[in-house]
Amino acid sequence: MTNNLDAMTFIEVKNLSKTFDQFLANDSISLNIKKGEIHALLGENGAGKSTLVKCLYGVVKPTAGQILINDNHVIINNPREARSYGIGMVFQHFSLFPALTVSENILISLDEKITKKHLEDKISITAKQWGLSIEPTKKVLDLSVGEQQRVEIIRCLLQNPKLLIMDEPTSVLSPQEINQLFKVLRKLANSGCSILYISHKLNEIKQIASKVTILRSGKVISSTDTSKISTTSMAEKMIGKKVKKITKISKSSYLNLSTAISINNLNRKKLSQFGTELKKISFNVKYGEILGIAGVAGNGQVELMNALSGETLGDPDEIIFENKKIGNTNIKFRRNLGLEFVPEERNGHATVPDITLTENTFLTFYNAYSKNNNFLDNILLSSNMSSNDSISIIKDNDVRCPYSNPLADQLSGGNLQKFIVGRSLKANPKVLIISQPTWGVDIGAASEIRSKLLLLAKAGKAIILISQDLDEIYEISNKICVINNGSLSTPKITSKISATDIGILMGIN
Amino acid sequence: MIEFTPRKIQSSFWTILSPIISITMTILIGSLIFKILSYPVIESLYQVFVSPFSRPDRIADIFVKACPLIIIGLGLIFCFKANIWNIGAEGQFILGALCAGSFALLFPETKTYTLLFSMFLIGFVGGAIWASIPAILKVRLNVNEILVSLMLVYVAMLFIDFVVRGPLRDPMSFGFPLSKVYPDGAIISKVDFPFIGFLGQFHYGIFITLILCPLIWFFINKTLPGFQIKIFGSSARASEFAGFNKNKITIYVLLVSGGLSGVAGVIEVSANMGRLQPEVSFGYGFTAIIVAFLGRLNPYGVVIAGIIIATAKLGADNAQMVLGIPKVVTGIFEGMLLFFLLAGETIQKYKISIRKDN
Repeated sequence: MTNNLDAMTFIEVKNLSKTFDQFLANDSISLNIKKGEIHALLGENGAGKSTLVKCLYGVVKPTAGQILINDNHVIINNPREARSYGIGMVFQHFSLFPALTVSENILISLDEKITKKHLEDKISITAKQWGLSIEPTKKVLDLSVGEQQRVEIIRCLLQNPKLLIMDEPTSVLSPQEINQLFKVLRKLANSGCSILYISHKLNEIKQIASKVTILRSGKVISSTDTSKISTTSMAEKMIGKKVKKITKISKSSYLNLSTAISINNLNRKKLSQFGTELKKISFNVKYGEILGIAGVAGNGQVELMNALSGETLGDPDEIIFENKKIGNTNIKFRRNLGLEFVPEERNGHATVPDITLTENTFLTFYNAYSKNNNFLDNILLSSNMSSNDSISIIKDNDVRCPYSNPLADQLSGGNLQKFIVGRSLKANPKVLIISQPTWGVDIGAASEIRSKLLLLAKAGKAIILISQDLDEIYEISNKICVINNGSLSTPKITSKISATDIGILMGIN
Repeated sequence: MIEFTPRKIQSSFWTILSPIISITMTILIGSLIFKILSYPVIESLYQVFVSPFSRPDRIADIFVKACPLIIIGLGLIFCFKANIWNIGAEGQFILGALCAGSFALLFPETKTYTLLFSMFLIGFVGGAIWASIPAILKVRLNVNEILVSLMLVYVAMLFIDFVVRGPLRDPMSFGFPLSKVYPDGAIISKVDFPFIGFLGQFHYGIFITLILCPLIWFFINKTLPGFQIKIFGSSARASEFAGFNKNKITIYVLLVSGGLSGVAGVIEVSANMGRLQPEVSFGYGFTAIIVAFLGRLNPYGVVIAGIIIATAKLGADNAQMVLGIPKVVTGIFEGMLLFFLLAGETIQKYKISIRKDN
């Protein structure tokens, strides 16, 4: 990290506030970013990071407060003006047209007029200068996610930015790609460009940023040098309470356990044009074991989840659970056997947004209820059982509801996820298959969900965890494998597989 | 810029006020149109809005007109709640009437109640079979149900036309495309109210709507198959995740909806026509789509919506007869009423504010 102690301030934010209706998204935030500094902005979902950044980039107008660039007051009305002040931004969700080439994509977003040929040369030069290898004539749909991000970065660099804002840049990258990105960012900072780096990954912030500003409920909680603060205290400042440590079960206690479920040569066609075909997937999970399936999004995770849950069917012997061939059975049948599922999509897949939590409990439990009921009870909706169950799910999992029995979409993402995971645990499954359990969930809720999973494994149940979050996979899995382009690597014991190995298995060098 | 923010809690103030505003706006703009076309404004409004209520027999006729709309609309609730777009209720209505009518004409000696009961059953099956064609094509081959059900309307129209000109034509009809008159047992009689006597065309078939409405409300809100429709329509993936069979749901909602349209056809012909003819429906199957949505896919709402639309239709008839206002003009009224009612719904659901900046 460069020593910027006596460097000049590039941009300063003074008492910036932004309200939406009654809601105070930013509460007199002050921030100052020096030239050539990598400044991290840390906070949970809804802490106000995005709003602040949108104010800087001219997408949103602040309600009160000032922005100073090089000690001059500025009012940024739109992104074009922001760019003219030397502010560039790489959004979390890319805005690229898949059918166009790299240079065409950049061409349509440039404020200046330039010929395509000239631009292609410029892209190549910029790419070389910063070590961002990219082919300007390639179509975006042929690029990996990491390459697409490079396109977005080059798009900003062509405008010679003084400040580059990066919103959660690593959430879609493999470990190798993250290292590459960090190299580029350091190089940029050394050349005098400031970087505002938004993230909720503490280790990364420690690694890349020299200063960190922590937001909570729209306020600045702390702003210090990263060298003076530990990751634990960053986390505590971010969520406002102590973070519980969670412990995995030791290796020895699960080695002799029996196999719960085995997948043999499972093949599935693509779900859609943009889907991934599953090719000869095979693995076993033992009782008491958590198998982590890592991988960059869009490599067959959704298809695998559907195949495991029985939403897409195949040959009977593709999936064997306790000596029963169930590859061709539907989700109801599998639930009856003791399998339970938590799909990635919370709204509209795991739950129905516009019905109550009680009804959402009924949704996956009605079949279990029907075993104890007579025919008439099964036709009529008896809400007693689902109501009792949903109350206990809410209580056991600390699901915060605005009032009793709300509609599913009235819960925040984290609380809804706690409810969904709680519902799957309430079913007392023998095997739990769970996809992206903490995606978009704040750190407090995420650690609660992870410890619940560990407890379940400790109780001798098998868990298949599909996740993009490598830290999560390392934190709780006993074995790890990687899904890449519809194929699965051989599971390896967690301690024997490094992040570098995983990156290689992800198919990115 | 105008901004729509969803209301977290439904405002009861707007819930009451919005239909009143909608009707007032319809009257205001309607008057303007009458004025521009130089019809007497007050007299025109009286014919359209008041005359249908001006005499007991006219009020009774509102129910007669509303009866098929409500029964078809009740059936369409099933489809539309499940996001299955059955646009072919008109055809299912015709098929129901045709099948039941053919039975009545082929077996005229059957005892009264057995005959009527069989006709209802056959009418239901006839409508359901017609609706099963889009259902099966959708499930098996993923064919769009909107196109298939709509096209089958025209097939049904031509089919009944063929039948009454050919196999079932009454030899005594002097060449008119009409079937024989139904046997007495197949006629739904008018209600002879005690002390009052007959009221317009008010017939016993209307009571069927009164039985069907609470029954369907209970089915949709209180039973598992009803719950499945709601979930399937709201999010198909969640419904699959719950283990509901999407093909079964698709088929059953179309069968129920087609069946009920068929029953509506049986009642309409048995109560008001007494014989088969090339035209048994006057667009009831299409109008019922509006009725179902105006009733917010709620069975009781559908009854109210059916009555509103029937009133508008009768008012239009009266305006045409008394003042010679063409039906197209009064058709504008129906359109405006629908438009304003739906716009009023937006006020109920959203808070609308105007912001100056971006």
